[in-house]
Amino acid sequence: MFNAKIWVRFKNGVLDPQGAAIKGALNHLGFEAEDVRVGKLIEVKLKADNLDEAKAKVRMMCEKLLANPVLEDFSFEVVEESI
Amino acid sequence: MRCAVIVFPGSNCDVDCFHVWKEVLGQPAEYVFHKEKFSPEDFDLIILPGGFSYGDYLRAGAIARFSPAMDSVYKAAEKGKLILGICNGFQILLEAGLLPGAMMKNRDLKFHCHDVYLKVGTADSPFTNMYLPGEVVKMPIAHGEGNYYADADTIERLKREDRIIFYYSDEKGNITDEANPNGSVENIAGILNEERNVLGMMPHPERCAEEILGNTDGKRLFMSILEYLEGRVKIGKSRRS
Repeated sequence: MFNAKIWVRFKNGVLDPQGAAIKGALNHLGFEAEDVRVGKLIEVKLKADNLDEAKAKVRMMCEKLLANPVLEDFSFEVVEESI
Repeated sequence: MRCAVIVFPGSNCDVDCFHVWKEVLGQPAEYVFHKEKFSPEDFDLIILPGGFSYGDYLRAGAIARFSPAMDSVYKAAEKGKLILGICNGFQILLEAGLLPGAMMKNRDLKFHCHDVYLKVGTADSPFTNMYLPGEVVKMPIAHGEGNYYADADTIERLKREDRIIFYYSDEKGNITDEANPNGSVENIAGILNEERNVLGMMPHPERCAEEILGNTDGKRLFMSILEYLEGRVKIGKSRRS
């Protein structure tokens, strides 16, 4: 069994209205946040014969469903579950 | 002319769309459940209604696009059948790749539920042939994610091919930032595909199609569709010129 952590983020240059609102709140609280971007962390548990196959499967999940290529980039890490 | 209204789990404007086509225009309409498939020949018009399909989980429209009924929608679109996506339906068409671009949360992060003025970008379509180009109409919007985004090349192409169907404007038709309710690029409220048979729009024409509702500006959109389907208008003039 493999555990994947997948991060989906807005591409550079895409305005992030949530990030802007959170930056405003942080600044209001006295924190000096220069920029805030909000993304998603998606955790997937999956079966695969080996690490390479697991990574290939996760990449396909990202391309097909988890990220919208118009707006978002994705990155991920996959580790084999220790028994 | 036969219309299908696709019902996803979480659709909530399906009954309104069905009502307008069947009762206001007097044409046959059917609900199609998202798990059903159909033949492209079964319907002349397919409406993807507003709502929150699959709870808008992950991204609005992202999960609905993989419904069995959507397979039939792709095939119908290829055959040149008319596809109308309203609000969540527009979001599904974007996720499905039937229209270019993507939706983001409204720039002020608020859900907007009110009337807006729209400037008609093109009347050269199966959906807007009963409007005048440049005319200002009023329709309600009701969405939290209607902030249309596409890269500069896509926007340029939409303009060049006369595919922007409505712009958010003020009452006089000025396309200003103040008149933009959600932050959409270039105040875009609705777009056509290249073949002009697929329309996605955020405003709700089905909510303003009867006198009793106090506004009939949306009725002409459905009447335009009927005019086109019954062969009384031709479109594509502006593309040839």
